[in-house]
Amino acid sequence: MRPANEIVTSEPVVESRLHKTFDVRKIRKDFPILNQKVDGKPLVYLDNAATSQKPQVVIDAMVKYYLEENSNIHRGVHYLSEKATQSYEAARDKIQKYINASQRQEIIFVRGTTEGVNLVASSYGRSNVKQGDEIIISAMEHHSNIVPWQILCEEKGAKLLIIPMNDAGELLLDEYEKLFNSRTKFIAVNHVSNALGTVNPIKQIITIAHQYGVPVLVDGAQAVPHMRVDVLDLDCDFYVFSGHKMFGPTGVGVLYGKKKFLDAMPPYHGGGDMIKYVTFEKTIYNDLPNKFEAGTPNIAGGVGLGATIDYLNKIDMTAVRAHEHELLEYATQALSSIKGLSIIGTAKEKASVISFVLEDVHPHDIGTILDDDGIAIRTGHHCAQPVMQRFGIPATARASFAMYNTKVEVDALVEGIYRVIEVLT
Amino acid sequence: MPALNELYQEIILDHNKSPRNFRKMPDATRKVEGYNPLCGDHYTVYVKLEDDIIKDISFEGAGCAISKASASVMSATVKGKTKAEAEELFESFHTLVTGKMDGMAEISTLGKLAAFSGVSEFPARVKCATLAWHTLKAALEAKEEVVTTE
Ligand SMILES: Cc1ncc(COP(=O)(O)O)c(C=O)c1O
Repeated sequence: MRPANEIVTSEPVVESRLHKTFDVRKIRKDFPILNQKVDGKPLVYLDNAATSQKPQVVIDAMVKYYLEENSNIHRGVHYLSEKATQSYEAARDKIQKYINASQRQEIIFVRGTTEGVNLVASSYGRSNVKQGDEIIISAMEHHSNIVPWQILCEEKGAKLLIIPMNDAGELLLDEYEKLFNSRTKFIAVNHVSNALGTVNPIKQIITIAHQYGVPVLVDGAQAVPHMRVDVLDLDCDFYVFSGHKMFGPTGVGVLYGKKKFLDAMPPYHGGGDMIKYVTFEKTIYNDLPNKFEAGTPNIAGGVGLGATIDYLNKIDMTAVRAHEHELLEYATQALSSIKGLSIIGTAKEKASVISFVLEDVHPHDIGTILDDDGIAIRTGHHCAQPVMQRFGIPATARASFAMYNTKVEVDALVEGIYRVIEVLT
Repeated sequence: MPALNELYQEIILDHNKSPRNFRKMPDATRKVEGYNPLCGDHYTVYVKLEDDIIKDISFEGAGCAISKASASVMSATVKGKTKAEAEELFESFHTLVTGKMDGMAEISTLGKLAAFSGVSEFPARVKCATLAWHTLKAALEAKEEVVTTE
């Protein structure tokens, strides 16, 4: 049966090891968009890996910014410009603390993960990668962590090597280590796979690379919504993520880079804010982080991301992990019991992302029929076509859960899939 | 919300389950691949064209129910038609699935193709319904290439 209007009534309150409680009912109240009906049926939003919903406090912060503070930053001597600059720069400080970076200059605002990767490939890559050099990525990367490296390799005559994975969707670390040689110049790997849900042993991957003196960029787009990330502990050289996947606004993201690398790197874009002094003969570039922030940035987005961090700081992410793990186990079990359904990505360490295929039914049809029940999932190749090729399938259906999802919603998904089978076979 | 049963009409479900002319054609005079990068739908359309008449047509590949049924109904509809007639049918079909066709009278002239009228309520699925047609068009124009719906 379809769940009744109140979607969370039977949800238990998860106790975390920190003895803070995690109450999914309370969390859901923070996200007004979840409380709506789609053609009379409660919205079941399971497309969080594409983008997450935003809590009221984030929306409020952005509205407040436009209502009371809107102005350009770093340039005005007037009151509003000071206010705007303060809010924007305060967000940088919050992010620095949240991911435990050692200095605020190491936090570069970008449009999102895609721009972060492109910045590093273009700036660090162009000045450090030469003909015959090698760059290592993994078999489960999002296109945004493949294509920028391909472009660089093509331009430089360098080679792209791939860390293979097994049938469960786990990277083969032995094979990874065999890829290293004196030509290895850079590693770019995702922390959590958006297509498979795999949580990669990123710390181990970094340690191995550092043994060979090779820097590592981590694509954390799918990690930050699910877990607390500590860049010092990981010892990653670059870490990139998008605001919109971690309950923040679209159009803003973060590139963390170790200062020694960022200092040595040439600018990515030229323009206002990234300079100290310009003549037609020569330009002196600004210091970090401004050197990489040319032009008027997404100020409201930055302010909104700051508010997102404030919000996340009030939530016990260990409890979130426990809640999501329970959802993952529950959904994995329920979905596996459906005849003809196979889950793609069965790694031991997974985030709450489930890709699946249904015998004789194309994912696109699954998506359309589930939508008719108010259930939002993603179908397609998830910008990870090589992953689809690895598993010999054209596409998958993907349900991705966030901290506000419930077991009742998993039940709705399962029931919806039975309806898909009923309609199409 | 548009009705699901108008999208997945009986004819569509039937052609999805047992597609007609679903085979390779070794002696085809034209062969073009069609690809929808968004969802990975991928078909090859084979045509045997003689004096501008589609003597035979077949297809193979994989994709969603809408794209597969569309390819199947298309193959059954255009077999024996002239090149010009097939291109005209595509135009009518396109008008139908993009919701620009007015009046049941016009729709009813389309025969089995009319089963795709529900697609117009699902804009995301228009590309699925037209993939095989775009591919056929390229084949008739003798473009030896991969066609995409993007
Ligand atoms: C693992 C991963 N990397 C990178 C990206 C790109 O993120 P964005 O589109 O926000 O730049 C995504 C989002 O789809 C992703 O899931």
